[in-house]
Amino acid sequence: MDRGKRNFLKIAGLTGAGAYVGFVGAEAIGNKPGKAKKKLALVIDTRKCKGDCPDCIAACHREHNVPEEHNPNFKGPPVRSSQGIKWIWLSTFGGAFHEQVNEHTGRRKDPLVVLCNHCDNPPCTRVCPTKATWKRESDGIVTIDMHRCIGCRFCMAACPYGSRSFNFHDPRKNLKAVRPGFPTRTIGVVEKCNFCAERLGEGLLPACVEACTKKAMSFGDLKDKDSPASVALRSAYAITRKPALGTGPEVYYIL
Amino acid sequence: MLEKALTGSKGYFAWIFALLVVIGVGFGTYLYQLNEGLGITGLNRDVSWGLYIAQFTFLVGVAASAVMVVLPYYLHDYKEFGKLTLLGEFLAIPACLMCMLFIVVDMGRPDRVVYVFLHPTPNSIMFWDTVVLSGYLGLNLVIGWTTLSAESKGVAPPRWVKPLIYLSIPWAVSIHTVTAFLYQGLPGRGFWMTAIMAPRFLASAFAAGPSFLILMVLLVRRFTRFDPGDVALRKLGQIVTYAMFVSVFFFLMEVFTVFYSAIPEHKHHFWYLFVGGPWWLVGAMWLFVALAVIGLVILVNPRTRNNIPTLAVGAACVFVASWLEKGLGLVIGGFTPNPFGKYTVYTPTLPEVTIAVAIWCIGFLILTVLYKIATGVKQERAIG
Repeated sequence: MDRGKRNFLKIAGLTGAGAYVGFVGAEAIGNKPGKAKKKLALVIDTRKCKGDCPDCIAACHREHNVPEEHNPNFKGPPVRSSQGIKWIWLSTFGGAFHEQVNEHTGRRKDPLVVLCNHCDNPPCTRVCPTKATWKRESDGIVTIDMHRCIGCRFCMAACPYGSRSFNFHDPRKNLKAVRPGFPTRTIGVVEKCNFCAERLGEGLLPACVEACTKKAMSFGDLKDKDSPASVALRSAYAITRKPALGTGPEVYYIL
Repeated sequence: MLEKALTGSKGYFAWIFALLVVIGVGFGTYLYQLNEGLGITGLNRDVSWGLYIAQFTFLVGVAASAVMVVLPYYLHDYKEFGKLTLLGEFLAIPACLMCMLFIVVDMGRPDRVVYVFLHPTPNSIMFWDTVVLSGYLGLNLVIGWTTLSAESKGVAPPRWVKPLIYLSIPWAVSIHTVTAFLYQGLPGRGFWMTAIMAPRFLASAFAAGPSFLILMVLLVRRFTRFDPGDVALRKLGQIVTYAMFVSVFFFLMEVFTVFYSAIPEHKHHFWYLFVGGPWWLVGAMWLFVALAVIGLVILVNPRTRNNIPTLAVGAACVFVASWLEKGLGLVIGGFTPNPFGKYTVYTPTLPEVTIAVAIWCIGFLILTVLYKIATGVKQERAIG
């Protein structure tokens, strides 16, 4: 290679690198999250919800085309439940609040509905290397762009609530029926509860809240004092999961 | 210089061929994984990173450890390491490449890998890890290749390489620090929530990397006429000894903090690894303890450390012990128990292990070719 070419390559390389550093800097400055205008929250009254009916789970999974673990229509081997997809599911008091429960605690083994907490300060969005997941400024929903997700699963390591699922298998194979109104997903991306952002846009309540026949779920904006969630929280003592971590969960449990 | 890799003994080509066969099998398995998804691995909702990311973490350390030969030679003018530095730098290159491959095979959508650069996210440690790792690979490629081609021409390396070499020293520290930050900044993962994670990573890397280099030098010496000398090997043995003591010391500090404070969220991970886990994991963790102790006994005794065959045994103990701790226990232990206090057993599957072994073979292939070129050039200079 003669000297001219070599110098050209050097200058081109340095210019490219410099431009890229500028690009990263601009991305960093332009990406400061603002304060959420709304603070959407879900309040679950565990005095009413005994976790004995799967209504909210069935409604959510139907709404969002969440694949079943054991689909009778699927010819291949069943998906191991540890590799399944969960948006809203049943844990127990002893599981969800395991750091404050011991063998003498009542209701320890009772089922408890859990889902993404849509934290005020979510660690999952902080770690994402492609900005594929973020907290929406308009209402505080923690959402995912499933076309942007590279499937590195850093967000799953960062979530202290185990709320994120990964598509270990082709989710379309395990769907009994596809609801056309919501996109199905592909292998290799992360997904989770989206607080029914698509329904809220149409003025509807989240599917789980609507499906709950026990009226155990109250949903709304905590910045609005008259929202059902605010009213429910004022009426009784409620706790959140792992408050000491500073994530600010927006799913509350009335005891 | 590349032509030096194209000539060699029957044994050389047999080795290359054997590696290529394993790589081929691994590549086929990877195509299967691409098609079926990561469901073919033992990974799951609870243990969402496993063998792949653990190998990545361990190999970042091997890559960073090149600094342990570069620093004494360039900053302290320790002449005995003159013949070793290139072997160290050339070890860092395949180590970096293996790291990248392990990240790619762990990704759910490897077709989108370029998004990391198209949508740079400075608040994500993963972004910085990509930056420092590719930078470190570039540095070692440029430095290694330039010094070697200068040597083959019998001239001094160009002056502009020196600043790059000095830059590579803190850069090596940065790659393993940033890798530790991937783990230690996550709320709710008690096993990783420790400020000495990065120092621990560096200490175990500076033990594992140079012990691997000792073993590689012994192989190079057996198969070529290139010999960095016993003095250099013994000095490497000393470095491994100090680093391994620091590494074990740091580990014991973790054990004290966790068990004296008796905080369950921190304790349960250790319990799972050393008592409650599946037999192969518990066995591996106690093997780590045994090998660390045996390695240290061999290395701390000057007679066994300075005797090359026993030094090799000690180095092998340290390397395997570090791999068991970091390439196996660190990731699995951190994810078990899960955020609900439940224990989900992760068992790597055969396809997963095949892909991991094949990536190691790609590393060995690159290492073999680079060492073949390096020793070829160096022998020529020594004769001519």
